[in-house]
Amino acid sequence: MSLNTAMVEKYRNNFLQEVAGNVEEGDWVKMCMQCGVCAGSCPLGNAWEHTPQKLFMMIRANKRDEVLTSDSMWMCTSCYNCIVRCPRELPITHIMHGLATYAKKLGLAPQSNPTQWFSETFWNNMMKKGRVNELKLGLSLYFKDGFVSGIKESIAHQKLGMNMMKAKRMAPMEIMGGHGVKDLSGLQKMIKKAQDIEAERLEANSK
Amino acid sequence: MANYDKKLGAYICSGCGIGDRLDVSQLETTAKRDGKAANCKTHDFLCSKAGVEMIQKDIDDGEVNHVIIGGCSRRSKIEAFRFPEAAVTRANLREGCIWIRPDNDEAQETTQEMADDLIRMACAESKYMNIPTASGEQELNKTLLVVGGGITGMTTALESAKAGYNVVLVEKAAELGGWMAQLHKRTPNKMPYAAPQDTGIDATIAAVNDHANITVHLNTTVSKTEGAPGRFKVELAVESGSASTVDVGAIVQASGFNMFDPANVPAMNHDKSADIVTNMELEALANAAGDGPIKRPSDGKQVSSVIFIQNVGQNSEEEGHLPYHSGIGDMVSIKQAMYFKHLNGDCDTTILFDNLRTPGAAGEDFYRAGQDAMVTFRKGIASEVVAGGDLEVKFKDMILDEEFTESADLVVLDVGMVPNSGPDPYAADNLPKDEDGNPIEEENAVSVESILNLDYRQGTDLPHLRHGFTDSHFICFPYETRRTGIYSAGPVRRPMDIHQTMEDAAGAAMKAIQALENAGKGRAAHPRSGDLSYPLFRKEGCTQCKRCTVECPFGAINEDEKGFPVFNESRCRRCGTCMGACPVRVISFDNYSVDTVGQQIKNVDIPDEFDEKPRILVLACENDAYPALDMAGQNGIEYSSFARIIPVRCLGSVNTIWLTDALNSGYDGIVLMGCSKGDEYQCHFVKGSEMAHYRMGKIADTLQTLSLEEERVATYEVAITDIQRAPKLINDMAETIEQIGMSPFKF
Ligand code: SF4
Ligand code: SF4
Ligand code: SF4
Ligand code: SF4
Repeated sequence: MSLNTAMVEKYRNNFLQEVAGNVEEGDWVKMCMQCGVCAGSCPLGNAWEHTPQKLFMMIRANKRDEVLTSDSMWMCTSCYNCIVRCPRELPITHIMHGLATYAKKLGLAPQSNPTQWFSETFWNNMMKKGRVNELKLGLSLYFKDGFVSGIKESIAHQKLGMNMMKAKRMAPMEIMGGHGVKDLSGLQKMIKKAQDIEAERLEANSK
Repeated sequence: MANYDKKLGAYICSGCGIGDRLDVSQLETTAKRDGKAANCKTHDFLCSKAGVEMIQKDIDDGEVNHVIIGGCSRRSKIEAFRFPEAAVTRANLREGCIWIRPDNDEAQETTQEMADDLIRMACAESKYMNIPTASGEQELNKTLLVVGGGITGMTTALESAKAGYNVVLVEKAAELGGWMAQLHKRTPNKMPYAAPQDTGIDATIAAVNDHANITVHLNTTVSKTEGAPGRFKVELAVESGSASTVDVGAIVQASGFNMFDPANVPAMNHDKSADIVTNMELEALANAAGDGPIKRPSDGKQVSSVIFIQNVGQNSEEEGHLPYHSGIGDMVSIKQAMYFKHLNGDCDTTILFDNLRTPGAAGEDFYRAGQDAMVTFRKGIASEVVAGGDLEVKFKDMILDEEFTESADLVVLDVGMVPNSGPDPYAADNLPKDEDGNPIEEENAVSVESILNLDYRQGTDLPHLRHGFTDSHFICFPYETRRTGIYSAGPVRRPMDIHQTMEDAAGAAMKAIQALENAGKGRAAHPRSGDLSYPLFRKEGCTQCKRCTVECPFGAINEDEKGFPVFNESRCRRCGTCMGACPVRVISFDNYSVDTVGQQIKNVDIPDEFDEKPRILVLACENDAYPALDMAGQNGIEYSSFARIIPVRCLGSVNTIWLTDALNSGYDGIVLMGCSKGDEYQCHFVKGSEMAHYRMGKIADTLQTLSLEEERVATYEVAITDIQRAPKLINDMAETIEQIGMSPFKF
C-alpha cells in the first residue's frame, strides 16, 4: 500500500488531524482564525489559486486532494510577509513549505510545476558535491525546455555570464564536476539518516 | 411653598478677567437699580474661601436669602457656591459672555450690554423663585423588591443585603436559579479561560437562602404595584392562591429572558428530529451524560460528530426572526463544543459561524482554547438541516465560497435571547395608525403577561426601548428605566452573559438603594439628583385636559376619579415636561416655573428697532446644549452678542407662552436647543425633546397670527459635543435676522 493510501485510510475524514500529525508546523493550522491578513499580505498570493488562508480553510474542510495537489505552496518565495503579520503568529511560510514537502513525499506534488521541478533539480545538484554547482544549476535551468530554447536563453544571458566570471562569481571549470565539501560521504550519510528517520516516522504515523 | 421675605444679594466676581473686560461697578448698579437686589457686593476672587465666607456671612446674618452670583457658569464651582439654605441663581458672565466675545474696543459696548442683561435675568429669576424644600410626603423604606430569582435577581439581592438593606425576592418558579441552574457548565471567568467551569449556582442559592436580610417567595408573582419610590405597596400572589402585601422603597426587575423558538426558522427542522437540539437543550443532554459521553436523544448512540449552527434566526430581517444578535452564542457554542472534546473522545466538532463574537481577552483566550482542542471553526451559513437517519447540514462556506453538505449525529442550534418584559405601555403609539389616528391592532399581536402590574395611569409595566428590551438612557444611565425607583437589570435590558449580568445586578442594586434613600429625603434622582423641588399644582385652574398625565415621560402622574392629575413626587424626575405641556400654566416648581423663565425673558433690555441691535432668545437644554455653549466659551469660540441664553431643564419644559411673550415683546429670533430625539434619542428625560419638537411644530400658527416670518423660531437637536455647531446655530439666526429685518414688535 502506498504511503498516500495508508494516510487516507488512517485519518479517514480528518485532514486537519493528518496535517497536524505529519506536516512540519502543521499543528498550527487549527489556530488560524481566518482573518485573511496573510492572503492580503502575500505579494504573490493574488496570482495563485490558493492563498495561505484558503489552504488552511481547505484543510479544515477536508479538501485533501485539492490541497496536496495544489501548486500554490510551491510558489511561496519565503518573503515572510505573512509570518510577521499574522495576528495568531502562525509560522505560515514554514507550513507552506511543510505542505509542499508532504505532498512531494506522498507523490502528489504537481509534476508540471516549474518551481517544484527547480526545487528537485536544486536538491539533486547540491547532493552531488555537498554544495551547489551554480554553473551546472544555471545551465540545467536554461536547458530545461530543450536544446534550442536553452541556446537562446544562454545567448540572451551571455553578458551576465561574462560579468559573473570577471567578478569571480562563476568558475567555467566547474563544468568539469566542480569541487565538493571536505567529507562528502559523511554529509551524504547524515542526510540519508535524516531521511530515513523522517520516512520511518511517516510510516509509523500511517499505521 | 415657602412664604417669606425675599432678600436678594448680588455678588459679582471681578476675577477670571471679568473685571478687566467689564465695567463691574455698572453691573452692580444694574443689579441694584433693575434687579432690585438690596445687597450688592463685588469680590476679586469670589470662589475663594474669603469670597464664599463673605456670602455665607450675609446669609447667616439674615441679610440675604436669595443669592445671585455674577461670575462663572452655573456648571463651574458648584461646590463653592452651594448655599442650601438660600435660593441661588447664576449670571454667566465668564463662559457665557466675556469668553465668547472678542476682546477689543469695538465689541466692548455689546459685551457690556450682554453682561448687564445677564445680571437682570439672574435677578428676575431669583425674585420669582422660592427656596426649595422637601414636601414632607417622602418616606424612607429600606426594603427592596427584586423580581426574578435567576442569577441577576439573586446577585441584586445579595449585593443589596450586603449593603445592609432588606430584600424581598420574588420568583415565579418553584426554585431559585433560573436558566443558570440548567447549565452543565459555564464559560470560564477565571484565568486561563481555557475550559468550561462549574456554574457555582448552588452556592449562590444557598447564600441567598441563608442571608438574614433576604426573604424568598417562590411560586410567586407580583399582582399589583402601587405607590412611588419610598412607598411602594406590592401585592404578591402565590400559585396556591394566597396573597400578601409588602411595602418596599424601590424595585429591581430582573425578569430575564426566554429562548427564541426555533420553530420560527422552519429550515432548521427542530421539530423533525430529536437530534436537532437548541443550545439550552444540549445543556440537559450534557447533564444527563454525567461523566460519560453525550448521547443523541433519538437512539442513545454516543455522539461522534456534532455540528453547531450559529445565529439561528438572529440578526435577521426575516419575519419571525430576531432583528438583533444576542452576542453570547458563540462563546456558548465554544463551551459546548468543549463538552464533546472532554466527554466524547475523538468527536468531530464543527462550529458554523457567521461573525464569531468572542469579546475581550477572556473571549479570545477561550476561542484559542477551543481551536487548540481541535474544534473546527468554519465561516458558513447553514441553509437547511435535513432530518432523518443521519442528519445532514447544508451550508455555504463563506471562505471557500462553496456549498457543502456534512452529516452529523447531532445538530445544535444557537438560538438567541428574547427579553422577558411585560407589555409596553406605549405599544399603541408605535402601531401604524388609520386615517383618524387610531392605532391599527396587529392581527397576530401576542399578549404578554404583565410582570409588575403597576397601578399607574400610563400602563402596567416598564416601557420598552426596542425589540421588547426595557428602555433606559442607554448611554448615561443604563439601569434607569422610565419608571423612577424601578430598575431593570440583566437580559431584560439587553442580551448579556453571566459575567455581565452580575455586574449589571450590582449596578442596579446600588441605583435602587440610591433611589430609596433619595425618596426618603425628597430628593430627585438624576439627572437632577439632589433637587428638592417637585411639581406644584394649582388645582383650581386645571381644566383636566390630561396633557400632563399623558406627556410625563416617567408615568409620574396618576388621575383621580374626577380626572385631575395626582402628582407622585418621588416618581417625578423634575424634567418639567408637564409644566411645558400645561395650557393653563398651573404647574410649577419652587426653583423653576413659567415665571422664573418668563421674567428673565421680560427683563432683557430690548433696544428699539433703529438701534440695529436685535435680540435672540436661546432656550438651551441644561444637560447638553448649555454645556456645549459653555465649552464653546472655554474654547474661545465666539457667537453673537445679541443672544440671551436661558438654560431649561429639558426642552420638554418649554411652555409656548414663553415664545409668544418673547415675540410680543420684540425679540427678533428664538433658538431652541434640545437633545436628539427618536429611536437614537439622547434626551435625558427620554421624551422631553420629542414633545418639544412636536409642540414647536405648531408655533408656525402663532407666528402667522403675529404676521412674523417662520424663520424667526428655530428648533435644533444639539449634542454635548456640538461645541462648534451650537454657536454657529446662534450666528445663523443672527444672519437670518439681518436678512429678514428686525421685529416690528419693539416698544
Ligand atoms: S512567505 Fe510565502 S506565503 Fe508568505 S507572504 Fe511570502 S510568498 Fe506569500
Ligand atoms: S494571517 Fe494567520 S490567522 Fe489570519 S488567515 Fe492567515 S494564517 Fe490565519
Ligand atoms: S416634572 Fe417631568 S417627571 Fe415630574 S411629573 Fe412633570 S413631566 Fe413627570
Ligand atoms: S396639563 Fe394642566 S390643565 Fe391639563 S390636566 Fe395637567 S394640570 Fe390640568
